[in-house]
Amino acid sequence: MSSVSDTQFFTVGEPLVDTKAPAVPVNLMWDERRFQAKLVNPTNRRKRSVIIVGTGLAGGAAAATLGEAGYHVKNFCYQDSPRRAHSIAAQGGINAAKNYRNDGDSVHRLFYDTVKGGDYRSRESNVYRLSQVSVEIIDQCVAQGVPFAREYGGLLDNRSFGGVQVSRTFYARGQTGQQLLLGAYQALERQIGAGSVEMYTRHEMLDLIIVEGRARGIVVRDMVSGEIETHMADVVVLGTGGYGNVFFLSTNAMGCNVTATWRAHRKGAYFGNPCYTQIHPTCIPVSGEYQSKLTLMSESLRNDGRIWVPKEAGDNRDARQIPEDERDYYLERRYPAFGNLVPRDVASRAAKQVCDEGRGVGPGGRGVYLDFAEAITRLGRKAVEAKYGNLFEMYAQITGEDPYVTPMRIYPAVHYTMGGLWVDYDLESTIPGLFVIGEANFSDHGANRLGASALMQGLSDGYFVLPSTIANYLADAPFEAADASHPAAVEVTDAVRERVQRLLAINGTRTVDSFHKELGQIMWEYCGMERTAEGLTKAIGLIRALREEFWTNVRVTGTNEELNQTLERAGRVADFFELGELMCIDALHREESCGGHFRAEHQTPDGEALRDDENFAYVAAWEFGGDGGSPVLHKEDLIYEAIEMKQRSYK
Amino acid sequence: MNITLRVWRQRNSDDTGQMQTYQVTDVSPDMSFLEMLDVLNENLTISGEDPIAFDSDCREGICGMCGLVINGLAHGPKERVTTCQLHMRSFSDGDVIDVEPWRAEPFTVIKDLIVDRGAFDRIIQAGGFITAPTGTAPDAHAVPVPKLDADAAFDAATCIGCGACVAACPNGSASLFVAAKVTHLGLLPQGQPERHSRALDMVAQADLEGFGGCTQIGECTAACPKGIQLDLISRLNRDVLGALAHRG
Ligand SMILES: Cc1cc2nc3c(=O)[nH]c(=O)nc-3n(C[C@H](O)[C@H](O)[C@H](O)COP(=O)(O)OP(=O)(O)OC[C@H]3O[C@@H](n4cnc5c(N)ncnc54)[C@H](O)[C@@H]3O)c2cc1C
Ligand code: SF4
Ligand code: FES
Repeated sequence: MSSVSDTQFFTVGEPLVDTKAPAVPVNLMWDERRFQAKLVNPTNRRKRSVIIVGTGLAGGAAAATLGEAGYHVKNFCYQDSPRRAHSIAAQGGINAAKNYRNDGDSVHRLFYDTVKGGDYRSRESNVYRLSQVSVEIIDQCVAQGVPFAREYGGLLDNRSFGGVQVSRTFYARGQTGQQLLLGAYQALERQIGAGSVEMYTRHEMLDLIIVEGRARGIVVRDMVSGEIETHMADVVVLGTGGYGNVFFLSTNAMGCNVTATWRAHRKGAYFGNPCYTQIHPTCIPVSGEYQSKLTLMSESLRNDGRIWVPKEAGDNRDARQIPEDERDYYLERRYPAFGNLVPRDVASRAAKQVCDEGRGVGPGGRGVYLDFAEAITRLGRKAVEAKYGNLFEMYAQITGEDPYVTPMRIYPAVHYTMGGLWVDYDLESTIPGLFVIGEANFSDHGANRLGASALMQGLSDGYFVLPSTIANYLADAPFEAADASHPAAVEVTDAVRERVQRLLAINGTRTVDSFHKELGQIMWEYCGMERTAEGLTKAIGLIRALREEFWTNVRVTGTNEELNQTLERAGRVADFFELGELMCIDALHREESCGGHFRAEHQTPDGEALRDDENFAYVAAWEFGGDGGSPVLHKEDLIYEAIEMKQRSYK
Repeated sequence: MNITLRVWRQRNSDDTGQMQTYQVTDVSPDMSFLEMLDVLNENLTISGEDPIAFDSDCREGICGMCGLVINGLAHGPKERVTTCQLHMRSFSDGDVIDVEPWRAEPFTVIKDLIVDRGAFDRIIQAGGFITAPTGTAPDAHAVPVPKLDADAAFDAATCIGCGACVAACPNGSASLFVAAKVTHLGLLPQGQPERHSRALDMVAQADLEGFGGCTQIGECTAACPKGIQLDLISRLNRDVLGALAHRG
């Protein structure tokens, strides 16, 4: 097997190493790093300013914690309130190695499950720390008043999620993200009230300012007045979430975007593993052309719901008319050890396969059943209602069908992006002074994220990791004095204004959404659940052509000096084009299958992902190659010392 | 289906604004209400008109960003759903539908159907939290919480901060929103130390923002997409009285 070298699409640069993780065994690293870290004297903290973009679990927790610690924090989000960050929509739960069930869980087991679940494409040091910190997160949230589900004895309840055999997921009915985010939001509002955090809602970051090699500021657009503003600080943190909306249809909120991280990428931050996207197996199928987003049905449903399709292709009978022995519970059949709880990538691909065989159900044949009949018989309707009531309600609302009576129809949809800006153990990007937290970074989930681990990562980064590591960085401040009149700041701000005017001046004939939809279709077709060299090469050509058309034929109505949602979307879509191309290049270069990245050319005889550890056990960190240039690949080798690399098996 | 829409158009907060009529054809019953507006906006854009500005983000009924007054009802005719979860199957061919923004003193219209709800954040700032500095928490199992209290706290905590209660209330009162937070935190052992100051400070801030008083009409609960119950307001009133008595 040949290893990767320069191609027509990219060049290969120097390897990359994470220099921040101390050279001690993985279980001692975080203690050691915190001990080595320089501290900032409380009286000096007021003089140190921190820009945090994002108010989700990662950004919100970080802003609240750093504000409380005494730093001068400026916090930004594009919604009208920090409470509306997309973390609010997370349903199922949050993992923590509490071992409250006494079922054999431990920090090491959570670490192991996460590395294995990520198909051995994540960094041991970061994942171990995540597992360690998980324990503190639950304590913190309970202290804030997060109303987790409890048992009659008053203790916290747990459930199981995909890819694991212990019960370590804490939850608040089907609204865990909402409750965790409200905890962080309330802590944040307390700091805003106290004057330590300045909050800028309805402000969108459009670029990053670098002064003397350090990230020192951002350019934002006030989304109400249209004013383009310059904000400067000692350090910049991005907690801006994932980029799943490059596919147009995803479970992400309408406004989720890649602009903040992509603009930073263009300024020198490497992008890690952009092609690793998670397609979630349990979403409500697409119903029509006009569809604006897809809705997730939480993975927790797989605890009690059974997934099946008819054995015979083209069996159009009503689900209830199909007798037991003519149903294929294909996950239980293929993966007896994990059954319906196999990891997401495995479950999604299996659904695609049965639908490709013509056994899919519902309009268009792109759906499988998620059936609760057995659970309702076993537990009673009341118990099922208590566990999943709001999800069932949401399903009924959207589809007009009653899932207590007929089985749900589900199909995979884009849900989460494991890729993101490359960061070291300190969560610092390749631009000094630019830290990246939460879904926006690439760090902890390898090629596939386990359920209930994103909330854990967001809060771990925001409450615990970043506040320690950023202090080490700020201990070296003050840096060169730089305010909005610094030439570097003026240059970036002018460039942002110019780009906005360029978009407004095109005045073509196609809407922003029509371009976004077409881009999404290309990505879903060629860079979705199954990828091939041929398809990806084709996609790169299609994206380039579409991008060119966009810049000559898009129609952006109105002006900059007003609330202008078309303009907001146009800027985001313009960045999605560039990201989409890089995703395809990354997917094309990775000549193996791992986790959510499935290359049809690389599979085992029974259709499972076939990794190539010899040639691809690395993080692909991409450097921006300039407009019209080729991106440069930097490899960070993944070295496993605490865990042995194995072929994943859930059979 | 074919639908006639009468939509509130207002360029900015200084503009007086007026209703404008639009026809939307080929509406599918499976579309959401907001998707129907998306389609209309696509058409407006192509014909060079300014698309209608409205807020939405999650489109799953959880972020609280969306909110329209539809035929005079906050979040539209269906009970316990947000605007983004309302589907066109709730309407019929030929319907004439009025679409307006939240109307309340403290919620200024920014553009078309978008309002400023910053007052809600300031109410939370005033006291809608439990002081728990990061890293100081005891083990999560240190204090058991009776399941019934935890469940009731959760029910109150499901408020999404959308503002429909205010929009529906003839007095423009924010009492249901305040009561939901005061109840959520007040039911938990962790919330006891600040229980008195929380209730007083949040109510005082709501008054300062210009929200009206509660006269127990109940329109708030009827409009609330999360089914926050009216009796939480009685609980809020008891907490306020208790706090005042405590202060002496
Ligand atoms: C439907 C759904 C259900 C999920 N369920 C679970 C679950 O049960 N368990 C789990 O662990 N994970 C779950 N996830 C994943 C998890 O919710 C997310 O990965 C996580 O919440 C991301 O948090 P974040 O803080 O990184 O980003 P987000 O919460 O997305 O926050 C991003 C923030 O950045 C701001 N922002 C973005 N771009 C800009 C810009 N250009 N300028 C200014 N501000 C900007 C936004 O305003 C927002 O405040 C789910 C995800 C979805 C979509
Ligand atoms: S109480 Fe109900 S209507 Fe009022 S803000 Fe909360 S969820 Fe919205
Ligand atoms: S858009 Fe989030 S609640 Fe409606």
